[in-house]
Amino acid sequence: MRYSPLWECYQNQAKLTEFAGWMLPAQFAGLTPEHQAVRQRAGLFDISHMGQIELQSPHILEDVNPLVPTAITQLKPGQAQYTVLLNTLGGILDDLIIYAQGEGQIKLIVNAACTEKNLKWLHQHVPRAVLQPTAQALIAVQGPHATGILQTLTPTALQTIPRFGHTIISTKFGHIWVARTGYTGEDGWEIQAEPTVGQALWRELIAQGATPCGLVARDMLRLEAGLHLYGQDMDESSTPLEAGLGWLVDWDKGDFLGRGGLIAQKSQGVAQKLVGLIGTGRRIFRQGYPVRAQGQTVGRITSGTLSLSVGRPIGFAYVDTPWTALGTPLTVQVREQELPVTVVKRTFYTRTG
Amino acid sequence: MALTYPVELHYTATHEYVALTDDVAVVGITAFAVEELGDITYLELPAVGQTVSRGERFGTIESVKAVSDLYAPVSGVVTAVHEELLDAPERIASDPYGNGWLLKIRLTHPEETEKLLTAADYQAHLGG
Repeated sequence: MRYSPLWECYQNQAKLTEFAGWMLPAQFAGLTPEHQAVRQRAGLFDISHMGQIELQSPHILEDVNPLVPTAITQLKPGQAQYTVLLNTLGGILDDLIIYAQGEGQIKLIVNAACTEKNLKWLHQHVPRAVLQPTAQALIAVQGPHATGILQTLTPTALQTIPRFGHTIISTKFGHIWVARTGYTGEDGWEIQAEPTVGQALWRELIAQGATPCGLVARDMLRLEAGLHLYGQDMDESSTPLEAGLGWLVDWDKGDFLGRGGLIAQKSQGVAQKLVGLIGTGRRIFRQGYPVRAQGQTVGRITSGTLSLSVGRPIGFAYVDTPWTALGTPLTVQVREQELPVTVVKRTFYTRTG
Repeated sequence: MALTYPVELHYTATHEYVALTDDVAVVGITAFAVEELGDITYLELPAVGQTVSRGERFGTIESVKAVSDLYAPVSGVVTAVHEELLDAPERIASDPYGNGWLLKIRLTHPEETEKLLTAADYQAHLGG
């Protein structure tokens, strides 16, 4: 079992859970207050379990470009791109954010459970690059007040940094790296710092008004925002075209690993797609529950919850393509009941302002 | 966050409690069950007049985290159902042994109550 560098900041304040080999906070004050804090003010998450990999080579963006379906060579230092690593068949090895740092350096933030697999893959496919996995503290501060709260720590004008921008800022605790990214559907920041600096930041951000939040709230927030969870909503058996990530594929960028598989799938037509489903009542659709139409199973739930933002059950499911048009009525088999649902866009919640 | 198990109640290994008064059992779920479930989202209970049998499923409780069946601690006839909780099942968490009660059952086999666990037995079952 692995413990975050922030562990001692919250070990007596949180209900804990195991996730991807790490002991992490599931919940602090409770799902409802934590969710509300992120949607209305600011929430604080320990995400130190996420894989952090630094890569360096003289032409690092060109070296990594063939591993992802998205064109990344145009990224400037201080910019970032969400994308996926694909296997040779076009299956998704992981989703990640690539942060361009200049001087032949990039930083990858990847899923905890995929870190080792990704390191192997990168060693194999980018042999020229120097790979350095790091284990710093990673903190996310998310919500409409997040930028204001982080601004109290630094003279750097944070409002000038766009979404997916990142930079190093000076604080009274030392220099820290901040990126305007997140997994909640809100404005917010992800912060990387040395473990002891991370601990001081964790306490300071709480003192400035951020509410500590756990993985239970994080899962609902990301699902409401239409964001995928790797291992649940996609894995190596799903392609970006099936997972609703076709927008990541730049067909004109030249060859990349998995391109042939994606072209074949595109020409044959995708058999199933990840869709959003919304229901009524209070019962949650859970991973693996069958999705049905006209008495036949036409899909399977991958994620679901009873959304606090929407007030209804929501979820994602892989559904056979003929049943994926927006507005299509389907049912979900929830144990002994067959509950009506409607196919909707996967983004259930969009922040205003 | 210490969980309590009142000594005047009886318990099952499946985390229901029973408050006995003459031949009526008030049934709910224990503080341990509430803690394990987390945020409760859905509750399904039988209708008044329905017969339940000891050890058989009488309902379902769901949380954001899990789905759990509810098992009858005793056999009998359902004489009352806590209907307000069906629309607001999250209220169970604030007072599981009081206002979080689920069912009242008129016992048809009172001798079954001897098979229920005491608070001490139940805590031993929970592992301390």
